[in-house]
Amino acid sequence: MDTAQDTGARRTVKLLIVDDSNIVRRRIERSQQFDDLQVVGTAANGLEALELARRTDPDLVTMDLTMPQMDGIECITQLVQMKPEVRILVISALADKATAVEAMERGANGFLNKPFTDRQLNEAIAELMY
Amino acid sequence: MLREEELKTFVDGTTRYFEVAAQQPASIGSPYMLEGEPAMHDYTGMINVSGKREGVVYFTAPRAMLTVLLMKMQESDFSHESMRDLVGEVANTISGNARRDFGHDFVISVPSVFSGEKPQVSQPAGARAFVIPIHWRSHSAKLVVSLT
Repeated sequence: MDTAQDTGARRTVKLLIVDDSNIVRRRIERSQQFDDLQVVGTAANGLEALELARRTDPDLVTMDLTMPQMDGIECITQLVQMKPEVRILVISALADKATAVEAMERGANGFLNKPFTDRQLNEAIAELMY
Repeated sequence: MLREEELKTFVDGTTRYFEVAAQQPASIGSPYMLEGEPAMHDYTGMINVSGKREGVVYFTAPRAMLTVLLMKMQESDFSHESMRDLVGEVANTISGNARRDFGHDFVISVPSVFSGEKPQVSQPAGARAFVIPIHWRSHSAKLVVSLT
């Protein structure tokens, strides 16, 4: 039996998008340019994200930080406990180094500041996909 | 108290937002000190600031400007909810970017959004408020920064 690895084919990467702005969620979904990336869900806060992650088992999550109900830092912490192999790209307006360091220490794998261009988004996603 | 040189952080953040998100630079007018209550446009996104500094940062813009901004962002939803979403996101982005200079203790809230109703702006003792005029295409908006 051939596996994706044997044939060199790439398996589909499941993406969960987390941001309290509908506009940003749609922007990420629209701007990503990967044929092997499938958006499996979008969430407006950390609580919704955890619930969706349980149901959809994402490989990659884009994570806002400043959100109501449960912020991104707490969500990253719980998400990594639930699913240690998940890759997390923080996409946040918070531009200080301490925030980026804290997110990485909690388990994030990449950090992209808002506002971002399509190219910056795709480069950041590619770094975590391959 | 907010110093005039600190305003550069917010001017730069506003410039960056329009350059990157709208792919068309805005012209930023000379900031001036706010006296009395500012005229609000149709939609206002407000961020409360706490921690090392206290006060508010808010972005207020007319519906016509937000509609064009959404179009430039390839959006097709021009509903009331999208307008509210956008002013909140602009205020959040510019305020969050300010942490590059103000640091981690510049704590920002999630946005409160006002449309139609007049927002209650509470100015903490010792705060100074400045208006940063924003001109983009044929539209005008304001960023108001009121901080201790």
